[in-house]
Amino acid sequence: MTASPPADSRPSSAPGRLAQMVAGTRAVSPLIPGILPFALVSAYAAKEAGLSLAQAMGLATVVFAGASQMAFVSLLASGAVAPVILATVLVINLRMVMYSAALAPHLRAAPAWQRGLMAYMLTDQAFAVSVTRFTDAPDTPHKAWLYLGAALPLWLLWQVFTLAGLLLGARVPPEWGLDFTVPLVFLVLLVPAIRDRPSAEAAIVGGGVAVLLAGLPYNLGLMLGALAGIAWGVWAEDRRDRRRARRDRSEREVRP
Amino acid sequence: MTPADWLDAPVTAAHVWALIVLCGLGTWLLRSSFIVVAGGRELPRWMTRALRYVPPAVLAALVVPALLQADVLFSPAWDWTRTAAGLVAAAVALTRRIVLTLVVGMAALWTFMALG
Repeated sequence: MTASPPADSRPSSAPGRLAQMVAGTRAVSPLIPGILPFALVSAYAAKEAGLSLAQAMGLATVVFAGASQMAFVSLLASGAVAPVILATVLVINLRMVMYSAALAPHLRAAPAWQRGLMAYMLTDQAFAVSVTRFTDAPDTPHKAWLYLGAALPLWLLWQVFTLAGLLLGARVPPEWGLDFTVPLVFLVLLVPAIRDRPSAEAAIVGGGVAVLLAGLPYNLGLMLGALAGIAWGVWAEDRRDRRRARRDRSEREVRP
Repeated sequence: MTPADWLDAPVTAAHVWALIVLCGLGTWLLRSSFIVVAGGRELPRWMTRALRYVPPAVLAALVVPALLQADVLFSPAWDWTRTAAGLVAAAVALTRRIVLTLVVGMAALWTFMALG
């Protein structure tokens, strides 16, 4: 243990903006294979629903949220009325409020217009990657650049592969089951999110309630499952803290 | 376009753009709720506490129903291959290696599909 390797740890110099952006991109890069088939599939669904090329690209750029884009086009194809389509899209994307609240303290330093742009690029993947980094290293500098490094490539590739899917008419055969890569990506993100007993209980309750309520319309099962899991996690943490406090008290009484 | 069009009629091609913009605006408002609007404010303690459980709860609520195919669970349409492949992938996911998990998960799915 004489000299530390220079590439691994440089405690003297904090990483700059570019280094943080690269770190964000590197962190998100393993998630790319998971979203590309999703972009191709949603482009295919938009085309099948009768959207023009411009409308399909408009949906991908203006809304930019895969699951809700798929709901938009499938509801449109089934002749749903506009308020139902709008409400469904918003309910599916309600989880963004939770992501927004979790990221806000870390992105506070940026000017408002930049925060508006970063909010526009918020996705499940960009959130998961950057919130994990920010939680592990709360004092890391240039957090907005790290976030951008993760969010921007996702945005670019989503647009490129949506366009590719529309232009080439590239039809991913459904029997390949490539849509299965989407839950697989979330599965890998879930593992590090379970760091202690309360978070494990939050995951069990969140997943369990979402399964039980999967029959509810508008993807409400996802929302309610998530809320139940969060509430359970807070309660489990309270319970653990009370138990610890009680144990500490009794230890003090035994050994004064 | 009158309000009655929005409420009663299926969306016509001409209205698709208006609907796209509305959906985009609404989604942006959800995304920016805290990042833009409440960004300068301290979050209340109960909220920072609750937010610690957002990732495990939300991710599990996304993953578990998809792997169990919860929408057709206990129905004849249910198909065991995705749940089985999900269990294999979950074991690999403990390594936290995403590409490896994707490759093994898809290979498991195709193997089980060929078997079943």
